[in-house]
Amino acid sequence: MSLMKSLMGAAAAVALTAGAALAEPALIFDLGGKFDKSFNEAAFNGAQRWADETGGSFREIELQSEAQREQALRRFADAGANPVITMGFAMADPLSTVAPDYPDTKFVVVDVTWLDAPNIRQIGFAEHEGSYLVGMLAAMASKSGTVGFVGGMDVPLIRHFGCGYAQGAKAVNPDIKIVANMTGTTPAAWNDPVKGSELTKAQISQGADVIYAAAGGTGVGVLQTAADEGVLSIGVDSNQNHLHPGKVLTSMLKRVDVAVYEAMKAGADVETGVFVLGLAEDGVGYALDENNEALVTDDMKSSVDEARQKIIDGELEVVSYYENDSCPALKF
Amino acid sequence: MDKMPKWADVVLIPLISLILAAFLSALVILAIGEDPIAAVKLMVSGALGSTYGWGYTLYYATNFIFTGLAVAVAFHARLFNIGGEGQAMLGGLGVAMACLYIPWPHWTIALLAAAAASMLFGAAWAAIPAYLQAKRGSHIVITTIMFNFIAAAFLNYMLVNVMRPEGSMDPATERFPEAVHLPTLHDLLAPIGISFSKAAPANVSFVVAILACFVVWALIWRTRLGYEIRAYGHSETGALYAGISPVRITIVAMLISGALAGLMAINNVMGEAERLVLNATEGAGFIGIAVALMGRSHPFGVFLAAILFGFLYQGGAELALWTSIPRELIVVIQALVILFTGALDNMVRMPLERIFLSLGRKRRNVGETAPLPDASHSTTQD
Repeated sequence: MSLMKSLMGAAAAVALTAGAALAEPALIFDLGGKFDKSFNEAAFNGAQRWADETGGSFREIELQSEAQREQALRRFADAGANPVITMGFAMADPLSTVAPDYPDTKFVVVDVTWLDAPNIRQIGFAEHEGSYLVGMLAAMASKSGTVGFVGGMDVPLIRHFGCGYAQGAKAVNPDIKIVANMTGTTPAAWNDPVKGSELTKAQISQGADVIYAAAGGTGVGVLQTAADEGVLSIGVDSNQNHLHPGKVLTSMLKRVDVAVYEAMKAGADVETGVFVLGLAEDGVGYALDENNEALVTDDMKSSVDEARQKIIDGELEVVSYYENDSCPALKF
Repeated sequence: MDKMPKWADVVLIPLISLILAAFLSALVILAIGEDPIAAVKLMVSGALGSTYGWGYTLYYATNFIFTGLAVAVAFHARLFNIGGEGQAMLGGLGVAMACLYIPWPHWTIALLAAAAASMLFGAAWAAIPAYLQAKRGSHIVITTIMFNFIAAAFLNYMLVNVMRPEGSMDPATERFPEAVHLPTLHDLLAPIGISFSKAAPANVSFVVAILACFVVWALIWRTRLGYEIRAYGHSETGALYAGISPVRITIVAMLISGALAGLMAINNVMGEAERLVLNATEGAGFIGIAVALMGRSHPFGVFLAAILFGFLYQGGAELALWTSIPRELIVVIQALVILFTGALDNMVRMPLERIFLSLGRKRRNVGETAPLPDASHSTTQD
């Protein structure tokens, strides 16, 4: 069904290429690939929702190499695509050189908040806040007093996730043991479900009975193994509760889809500047649906919602890993 | 024993392999409901149809020339250096250190220093597997592959914990200063009246790569060291009898190989990104193996094969940009070329050899076939 749709969309796109500049939006996926069941897929879902609702079409590319970052930006901007939406912190540097060359094109970048250019909409997420909430849930659901964290590639962003998670878990149970592993040191770590599965087994053997995967496509293996071995897991970015109903405790939502959808909806008039979406903006949160309602008791829900409100009100501060490149609750 | 003419070995076999790969790729593209002819047109026009396309093709080709030469030099000593990837990563570290920590007045001096640093780091990374092979007999394939992973982990550590600018989330060094900016082909060709695309990343390293081809050719076929490397590659016992030290040749050949792989960093790190990012090499070290196999370990062959792979990379990028052919399929197309030119070489070679053999018998004209330059007549040269 969706294959058919994308093929037809492609045919339409090819038919239209004959004409010159088109003001359709373009979406650049990061190296993890469009169907990573996580970060990039969330962006794709947002774009697809926009396309379904408006009948519009968008250009897209899944990057294969570092040199293509700048290339894709320039090619889409040259072709008149507007806005050009890009995913991931690695786009920051190419954007800072390309954006000034195309002052009439609006660029949108997710996970970057530190650039200085008038035509970029920079969207950051307070992942540590969302991770804090799922960390609380993990600690409350754990019977063994040990919870796990499987990160993708060992980069500051993922430590940021893990740091919020550890703080949340320790807020519930100060004596909790947190087992944290990174999948790897190369970008392959974003898409290595087999290694994710092995790490999960290793963490289970260390006593972990709730495991949080912040690892892109690798997380699929974590969730699968956790379900097979009868322990709980926590998904990330997209709502992954449906992957193993009743086995996924919750998912840390990072509403990349909403960010992309809204950027596409605004089109060429998209507002530029820096936007950090946290719990207050519903940019991050935890997923509760029919697949996991049996796992999250009312007690758990009320204490997490209380913490959520405290964070929004500023009464409770979750320390960000970025603040001083270290985490008070977890050593990496 | 009879042999087929050299031109068939050098031209005909790669050509037939390429055609087979292209044919299979076309079938795959057809199977997903796209038009293979349109795809090929898009690849050709995107990679070779403009100076912009050429700029990217030559940029990728520059990477592959360096790693291809690296693998080729090791091949001549019958050493299989799979560690080009890790050696190039370490070369990048050398370039980054040279560019970041020393204030250079002009890019020419910086290029020389960065090249020296990249070669030093690349060679150092190859030295350990070389020593283990020469002295301890640990197989070079295993050790160099393992060193790729160590290099990745080491680079990750350096970028995340040591060289990352404060407050940056991106595991990469800061940008190199303006003074070490290498001129692109646009800057180089503008004074002589040729306008070349400004956006493309091909830079002066391409010229260095061509120079490297000549140097490697001279080294392998015009120096005593090159002769010793080839002699050792043809027959270890023969070389030993001729007074060539296997330990010395193994280590020297691997050092040269590592230095060449490391030298790639002046293109991708100094020329293109102008900072060191985590996966700066992106598989060029492995592509180098295919390039060396396809180029028959000859610098000119490596050059041509590198251009072909540059074309495949840039053409593949254009496919990804303007069609809905998924990137996995583009990798399949690239892999088919590697498979046919590298791994399935004998599939084309053997029937072809048989054909030439029977043709030669019919003509009873064996003298026409090219003489074999080999080490069978090697004597001591002391």
